[in-house]
Amino acid sequence: MKPAPFEYIRAESVLQAQEWLAADPEARVIAGGQTLMPMLAMRLVRPTRVIDIAGIAGLDEIAVTAELVTFGAMVRQVTVERSAAVAQALPLLAKAIRYVGHPPTRRRGTIGGSVANADPAAEIALVAVTLGAEVLTTADGFSARDFFLAPMTTALPAGAMVTGLRFPRVTAARRGTGFAEVAMRQGDYAMAAAACELVLGAGGEVASLRIGIGGATPVPVLLDLAEPTREAIAAALAPLEMMHDPNAGAGYRRRAALALAMQALDEAQREVMA
Amino acid sequence: MKLVLNVNGSDRMLELEDRTSLLDALRDGVGLKGTHAGCEHGVCGTCTVLLDGEAVRSCLMLAAQAEGHAVTTIEGVTPGPGELSIVQDSFVETHGMQCGYCTPGMVLTAIALLRDNPAPTRDEIVEAISGNLCRCTGYGQIVEAIALAAERLQRSNTP
Amino acid sequence: MTVQLQPPFRYVGHKRRVREDRRFVAGGGHFAADLVLAGMLHCAPVQSEHPAARIVGIDASAALALPGVHAVLTGAQLAAASEPLMNGANTPLVVRYPLAVGQVRYAGEWVAMVVAESRALAEDARELVRVEYEQLPFVTDGEAAIATDAPLVHPPHGSNVLLDRRFVWGPVAERFAAAPRKLAYRVRWARSSTVPLETFAVTAQWDASQDVLDVWASIQMPKFPDQIARSLRLPGNAVRVHYDVDVGGSYGVKRGIKHAVLVGHLARVLGRPVRLVEDRLENMTGGDMQGPERVFDVELAYDDDGRVHAMKMRALDNVGAYAGRSPFQLGKPIGAIVGPYAIEAVEYHALAVASNKTPQEAVRGFGQAPTNYALETGIDQVAAALGLDRLEVRRRNFIRADQFPYLIPSGTTYDSGNYHGLLEKTVAVADLFAERDALRAQGLLAGVGIAACLEPSGGNSSFEPLLNPANRTTTWMESCRLHVDGLGGITAAMHTTTSGQAHETLVSVAVAEVLEIPPERIRVIRPDSLASLPSNSPVGSRMAIMLGGAAVRAAQKLRAQLLAIAAHDLGVSPLELRYSEGDVHAADGRKLTWQELVVIAHREYFRLPLGMEPGLSASSIYMVPTGGALPKDDKVQMYPCHSFEFHYILVAMDRVLCRPQIRRYIIGHDCGQVISPDVVKGMTLGGIAHGIGAALLEEFSIDAQTGQPTAASFMDYLLPSAHEVPHVEIVHQTTPSPLTVFGQKGSGESGYLGSPAAIAGAINDALAPHGVRVDQLPMRPALLSDLLEGTHT
Repeated sequence: MKPAPFEYIRAESVLQAQEWLAADPEARVIAGGQTLMPMLAMRLVRPTRVIDIAGIAGLDEIAVTAELVTFGAMVRQVTVERSAAVAQALPLLAKAIRYVGHPPTRRRGTIGGSVANADPAAEIALVAVTLGAEVLTTADGFSARDFFLAPMTTALPAGAMVTGLRFPRVTAARRGTGFAEVAMRQGDYAMAAAACELVLGAGGEVASLRIGIGGATPVPVLLDLAEPTREAIAAALAPLEMMHDPNAGAGYRRRAALALAMQALDEAQREVMA
Repeated sequence: MKLVLNVNGSDRMLELEDRTSLLDALRDGVGLKGTHAGCEHGVCGTCTVLLDGEAVRSCLMLAAQAEGHAVTTIEGVTPGPGELSIVQDSFVETHGMQCGYCTPGMVLTAIALLRDNPAPTRDEIVEAISGNLCRCTGYGQIVEAIALAAERLQRSNTP
Repeated sequence: MTVQLQPPFRYVGHKRRVREDRRFVAGGGHFAADLVLAGMLHCAPVQSEHPAARIVGIDASAALALPGVHAVLTGAQLAAASEPLMNGANTPLVVRYPLAVGQVRYAGEWVAMVVAESRALAEDARELVRVEYEQLPFVTDGEAAIATDAPLVHPPHGSNVLLDRRFVWGPVAERFAAAPRKLAYRVRWARSSTVPLETFAVTAQWDASQDVLDVWASIQMPKFPDQIARSLRLPGNAVRVHYDVDVGGSYGVKRGIKHAVLVGHLARVLGRPVRLVEDRLENMTGGDMQGPERVFDVELAYDDDGRVHAMKMRALDNVGAYAGRSPFQLGKPIGAIVGPYAIEAVEYHALAVASNKTPQEAVRGFGQAPTNYALETGIDQVAAALGLDRLEVRRRNFIRADQFPYLIPSGTTYDSGNYHGLLEKTVAVADLFAERDALRAQGLLAGVGIAACLEPSGGNSSFEPLLNPANRTTTWMESCRLHVDGLGGITAAMHTTTSGQAHETLVSVAVAEVLEIPPERIRVIRPDSLASLPSNSPVGSRMAIMLGGAAVRAAQKLRAQLLAIAAHDLGVSPLELRYSEGDVHAADGRKLTWQELVVIAHREYFRLPLGMEPGLSASSIYMVPTGGALPKDDKVQMYPCHSFEFHYILVAMDRVLCRPQIRRYIIGHDCGQVISPDVVKGMTLGGIAHGIGAALLEEFSIDAQTGQPTAASFMDYLLPSAHEVPHVEIVHQTTPSPLTVFGQKGSGESGYLGSPAAIAGAINDALAPHGVRVDQLPMRPALLSDLLEGTHT
């Protein structure tokens, strides 16, 4: 299981990477490589050139401001997992990141790589869609909802690359989050996953409720919800297309999505009450 | 391509194809056979090495990506010929292996864990090794080995 | 007759470090893929993309034109230069070569082998090999394959049935006619395997000046050198297999004969060392290492007390595209066909069926775990039908301790056991039924699983003549040779490979026990096959009994020699001497030390008894206790010893997500006298983990429409991780075997033999209040959830 031959080159700047990508449509970016390497080894992708962006200054930084949390594409998942600032500013991402693969893959895997790969079961993409994040690229910025088009397919224009992921920051005092997923084994691709952020107003009323579903659907989906009830979630799930594979059919995924959404919501509610 | 890999504290000059994984570079380029290939697609953890002290899968990296980083293999954590580190010795004490094929990856994963977390709970040990498959042991004696190593390391001043 | 050593033991049964671990933990194992030979070439197979097709032509010209490519070997070329691989069943028209000849019979079958300067280059070149196929109809389902109009996998054979044997042992018809109650059920065991983390690897080198083929292979294969030699038309002594290779896991499957023949041939014709290391995809599709895939149809005749009097069992096994030894996996369970139960009469119909799937290979237990799952399902169903406690039904059916040795209907005598004793000890650990009810009160689905089963051990070949009378193999010996050097050091040789079972530790402890010398002072080596005595490899849970037996016998001979030398030198009868820790003491206080005896044997011939050969060495070629007779009246003594395991577990799951979590795992285990406690513990824990995989996660699934495998990598064939394997509580009992040197029995398959049955039982107990049950493995969450929802189709 060895890759087909390619040329390995290191980009020193985003501009340089962008030029190389524009010059060669068969070139691929490697960030952490945790998904690209198996695809190379199985010869499912056969790039002419592999452009390493790990050496680009600044791409591995996390910037937290009053309104925004911005991750460079090369921020390792483990950095997110260990970041006190992320835990404080984006508790939902901090929870979800622990479900991404296994500890060794999180040490190499990156935020940008996960986003660009667009696996339907990816937790980072699910949180991005749930919280209304913006995918930063060398072309335009995309709202996460518009970026993921289909399994392993994004709106990224040819020749462009993902440079980061930017989340709006909620500073409300009364916020609860929840994350739940089911996989064949812990750490496997989720058959269904749910992420929830619940914000209460000063009077205890629901100021904002976001529940996103991943794993079950071809791309992560932010549910359109009027109220935090099982009926409302079920109704929001009803029109969604569910995936199926030898492990789990669409019916299971739909039921699991509902159950997990309820779990995530329950966790968020308990947290906000605490 | 020509590159320099820092392996177990020494710089090794290698001439490799660009497509060479770190795993193949270590085994065939450097000649260190203690790092084993299990699946070559990033699932089993058999090929685990330490990169700047952190456990990573060497099949999921190009050798070129490791340039400029410190790579540690199982050979690099063995104190001397015939000697064992505390973590290795603990694996022997509890018989935390059978065929020995996943063992180098398990030992390195345990070393990385104990460096970050000197007193892990059972759940933390399980989480740390959950990316390393073992087909022989059912993991029980591996978990015991890591718990024993933690206890011994806390009692000693040896890193 | 074996004279049994009696406890207390000096070394046997005591906690002691496993000597192999010291090299493994330092990365010092010597695995087959670690070998580097000057000028070595590398292989990559071209695999069939179709489940069945005629090979119209193979054009390798573009591949051969690539610089660094040395050969592209086709099946036709190899077939012209070799004999077919051995068949286990009597199916001479089912011909198998390492590469497909004329026709491919499963997706993934190896069609050609590319040989190049590097593995990567071989992979580049194989993409350039053009194979033209003419697709043929195919069948992948075992039951469909026996239909009269099914496509034939081997047309010359005339049928897809490779083995069809019916046995009737005891008054089956009478018992069924007389029984007040009967039930019938079907269970399915999906195709899974042991899937070692090391794939199959082999390197061969032809020494043209000595006419010897050297082979380094990751194997666990009986008669491996003989099979290579026969296939390559070489004299037996022209193949030298190096047994000092460490094997990175096997648990049955590392047979690798096709790989070795292929690489051996290439090494000869190319005049260069050739290595084949399967990658994981090749291993899972074309490595021919998948396990049993069975449908059991079972009927039980029982009474109102829950006593089972007779059983009819049909086992249909889909063995895949070629026979090999796999049909025998239907034969070995005959030796424990009634499990631990006093069932008086049995009808057994064994059916091995060919299909367009990867060929099946031996898997831990050699067919026993699926059979145990089928039997234990029936015992649970008897309890359910009568509204009886499942533990009580087992108590009522167990063979009692005072009934041993116990002859079962199919001709095997169980050596010893105390099933009631271990059951009571195990259930005394916890009241899992109360814990289950507490979980149910929390709204979870929860169930208790129970499995009681045997591990026949001491592997013998009796199933071969039983299933195939043309095969009269009844000897499955094991051997050990001891040598004391001129300085008094002891070296013990074993004569097979080892794949994690700590055989070197076993030999050292067994020899140490007899010679009363610490095991650490005994070196254990694994010479090559030309320097070896006969062995039958570590299959059939046999090495504690067989290699342990051979080591003890050899040590006893050595000890007798020491006594004879001392008796002569001291001028007394050997009977007046006492052997102690290597020294020999006379009654009058005189003694000869170990070193003095060694000097006499090696240097002072004038002090040796008349005619005694100089030096100190002894060997034993040990025969399976009870073994050696041909079957009579369709009955045979299968394996000699019978370990017992009692699984008692608690599983819980969410009502919708249905991901089973094992909350408690308690196992009672009795393998007679334990030799190395840590080794036995590891085997049991590892076996349970393997069974968790078979029960919940693992399946070599296939797309029935296309015949393509859908689980061909570790991304879709799911081995249990540390998260999926719970902490296991082990309860010990020791019921010695009267047949073995220490009273030991086997433990190499322990845990695995009952864990799938126990997990299936627990899940069905969890589902029972909801009126559904499931009788197929693996029990995936979606399957369980769909059943509860009433939407499973």
